[in-house]
Amino acid sequence: MSEAPHHFRYVATDRRVREDRRFVAGKGRFVADVDLPGTRHVALVTCPHAAARIKSIDKSRALKMPGVHYVLDGTELAEATQPLLAGLDTPNVPRRPLAFEVARYSGEWVAAVVADTRAQAEDAAEEVDVDYEPLPFVLDAERAMEKDSPLVHEAHGSNVLLDKTFVWGEVDKDFAKSPHKLSLRAKWGRSSTVPIETFGVVAGWDPWHEILDVHASIQLPRYNDQIGAALKIPVSSVRVHHDVDVGGSYGVKRGIKHTVLCGYLARRLGFPVRLIEDRLENMRGGDAHGPERLFDVELAYDDNGIVHSMKMRALENLGAYAGRSPFQLGKPAGSIVGPYKINSVQYRAIAVVTNKTTQDAVRGFGAGPTNMALERAMDEVAHAVGLDPLEVRRRNMIRHEEFPYTIPSGTEYDSGDYHTVIDKVLAGDTFETLKRQRDALRAEGKLAGIGIAACLEPSGGNAIFEALLNPKITTSTFMDSCRITVDGLGSITATMHTTSSGQGHETLVGTVVGEALQMDPDRIRVTRPDSLNSLPSGTPVASRMAIMLGGAAYRAAQKLKDKLIAIAAHDLGIPPTRAVYEAGNVYDRDDPSTKRTWSELVEIAHRNYHRMPPGFEPGLAVSDIYQVPTGGKLPTPDGRVQMYPCFSFEFHLILLTIDPVLGTPKIVRYRLGHDCGTQINPKIVRGMAMGGIAHGIGAALYEEFAYNDEGQLIAQSFMDYLLPSSHEVPPVEVIDHETPSPHTVLGQKGSGESGYLGAPAAIANAVNDALRPLGLNINTLPLKASHLADMIAEAQKS
Amino acid sequence: MRIKLSVNGETHELDVEPRTTLLDALRDHLRLTGAHAGCEHGVCGACTVLFDGVAVRSCLMFAPQAEGTAITTIEGVTPGPGELSPVQDAFCETHGMQCGYCTPAMILAAHSLLAGNPNPTREDIVEAISGNICRCTGYAQIIEAIALAAERMRGDNRPLDRTP
Repeated sequence: MSEAPHHFRYVATDRRVREDRRFVAGKGRFVADVDLPGTRHVALVTCPHAAARIKSIDKSRALKMPGVHYVLDGTELAEATQPLLAGLDTPNVPRRPLAFEVARYSGEWVAAVVADTRAQAEDAAEEVDVDYEPLPFVLDAERAMEKDSPLVHEAHGSNVLLDKTFVWGEVDKDFAKSPHKLSLRAKWGRSSTVPIETFGVVAGWDPWHEILDVHASIQLPRYNDQIGAALKIPVSSVRVHHDVDVGGSYGVKRGIKHTVLCGYLARRLGFPVRLIEDRLENMRGGDAHGPERLFDVELAYDDNGIVHSMKMRALENLGAYAGRSPFQLGKPAGSIVGPYKINSVQYRAIAVVTNKTTQDAVRGFGAGPTNMALERAMDEVAHAVGLDPLEVRRRNMIRHEEFPYTIPSGTEYDSGDYHTVIDKVLAGDTFETLKRQRDALRAEGKLAGIGIAACLEPSGGNAIFEALLNPKITTSTFMDSCRITVDGLGSITATMHTTSSGQGHETLVGTVVGEALQMDPDRIRVTRPDSLNSLPSGTPVASRMAIMLGGAAYRAAQKLKDKLIAIAAHDLGIPPTRAVYEAGNVYDRDDPSTKRTWSELVEIAHRNYHRMPPGFEPGLAVSDIYQVPTGGKLPTPDGRVQMYPCFSFEFHLILLTIDPVLGTPKIVRYRLGHDCGTQINPKIVRGMAMGGIAHGIGAALYEEFAYNDEGQLIAQSFMDYLLPSSHEVPPVEVIDHETPSPHTVLGQKGSGESGYLGAPAAIANAVNDALRPLGLNINTLPLKASHLADMIAEAQKS
Repeated sequence: MRIKLSVNGETHELDVEPRTTLLDALRDHLRLTGAHAGCEHGVCGACTVLFDGVAVRSCLMFAPQAEGTAITTIEGVTPGPGELSPVQDAFCETHGMQCGYCTPAMILAAHSLLAGNPNPTREDIVEAISGNICRCTGYAQIIEAIALAAERMRGDNRPLDRTP
């Protein structure tokens, strides 16, 4: 299906991103810019305890405050709405927008105040008097698993929502025959993507049309379905406006609870209601934390550093409630061995609830932490057998000629050329130079280390991890769509059916349709119909849009071409096989001067039905609803599954120093090898990789939603939760390689999670390389400077 | 209270609560929505505007405090409908953004830098935008945009004069 890159006119060329023009002028339309007449504002009353029973709520003082219209509590909302959609089969762990009877984490929303202005709503929220009875609470995932732990959800009878063990291949046999075993415990700290725009939603109910209009900063699959189900109204009464620019998401903009809250209030009160999180609400009660995961990894290997088998136990601290977040333990199954030929795997996935903020999806959907654990363990194997970590990786990696390659968990990797990418990153004597540089730094008394990491970016999406972890779910598609219409004067409009949060999807559609039709992409209008006028879209998750929206756009354009060819052939009186499409015109292969131009074909289709082939629909409108390549199959009974269709590859190489007194890590050099197949827009791909690395630097070194012993979140602002600034992100040399995917229309793979999936692993390996001369080893992220400084001081003392 | 704000060369009379931030006054009263709220505690820089040409955070200032000063927002550096300043165009050329939320502030920070330093080093640029957090890009293409804008504004990228 793939075409060779040199055939492209627009794809893979250095073109501007069409969305950028509006953003540089401040003319993006973000949710806070949506100004519906008569809109009132919501502020939230939040629980100050890690866990508490809500004994009573006295609204009387708040209701007397200026501008206040309403105070909503969890009892009224619970009676009027359905609980939010849960991923796992856990009916006794309901999740609602406002706490009902019990609040389960500090910052959980207990009541919502509606007033004329946000300031008035905030003032009144302080006057809502809630009587709490504090309850025992649990913060630590291992403690939560113990029999005598306080229960977060009493009715569930346990804090464990998921405990599933998969055995893929002959693990016991492989362990028995391997001469060496190594075990490693690694921890991924609780962080998230924390976009600069917080989540926001404006909901308005039109009782005469019976339509709920929703403008939101959203990135959530089946958003409209979930709104309709929770509010108990038909989904055809929910109109989600997809033309809202989303100010960053990287997974977490999933404000279904905010939306159900505002949707209910809008219907109850009869005017539009708006909730834009402030930063505290975003970080504490916005339910947008990412994975907090404890790994126990065991590898069985031989004297040559060949790893034969792996046992991995992953324990996820979900926070107080679970929507889709437990599935972040499922997706890593589809790349559980990374780029390596590990023969068998035992994977135990455990998810527990605790009295922390609820998680949601974060870039990579759980794969970043898993990569970190595996890559740390690979480094330790290298040191155990006395080989260079690079050499161990090369020996274990799948070779180019071995693709397609099926890993033990049943997923087939489509394509790759890992050794070549590594060779390109190490071009010349890069690696030796880096080692000399490290050793010179060490000779000066500094702590310096080299870190490498290799990992895959599963892309294309497929919700099949749902069925893997919850057999009651039988979803085996994750589609996307595009519609192309040619108007009566020949202009082209293509559609996409979801919001975007910076991925350049309008550029993607324009470029792909232009490529297929051989027309300047800038002449192709791309629009975003609202959800009532949309075809299905799985939304921009799972590094899927280049593959899925790009695929749908390409296929729709092919259908349009086919129709134009048929119309021209019929009008020319030649067989369609003789008709050749070229840049909008169709000519006779045997006599190229005989042709129908674009304008003539438009004229025929729109106005000259008598010249159309018999049975054809008039007009020029086509659409394509695209099924995930390789998708459509449920997991086997023993838990094998084709997770995603395409697998991008990245290889990180860094040199890092650590200040021996302050513990401050500094990245001195960073090279990234990146192979995501055909790059539809290279500027966008580079930006994704660079942004992912910056995000990975944050997760590895700075960012943590830390809690104190009382269950209070102590990173509640950007003063305590540290996002990398321009000073913390070094220049990165990106080395591209292109191994096209055989499954996609243009050979493209995904790149939306690139950089982030491997950077933390490479940094952790570099830090450990730097600390190794002191006999130190650390596998807990984030690797905070203060902690490193303490470790170094302690080691130097002894 | 009634205040007068000079924004993008025009004077506006506003009736605001004394506690209204400059950011809220610009966005809610003047509908200049290019300045964005990110953290509202002065760290992320998404609310940056120019205050007599200097980049400041509009979330950390009350609107009445801004009386008597020339305020420039992103709307004020855009030359006209559909037209871009050299800095804005350079950001498009390098794709120095993704979601676009921090972008107006970044561009104003760049304008502020280049007004006083037409030939900035990479370090100068890094320093100038270090108070503006971008979560999408990792900064590389932003730094390149500002360097490109500087080069163009200096005239360095004029066609070479090859006359002997």
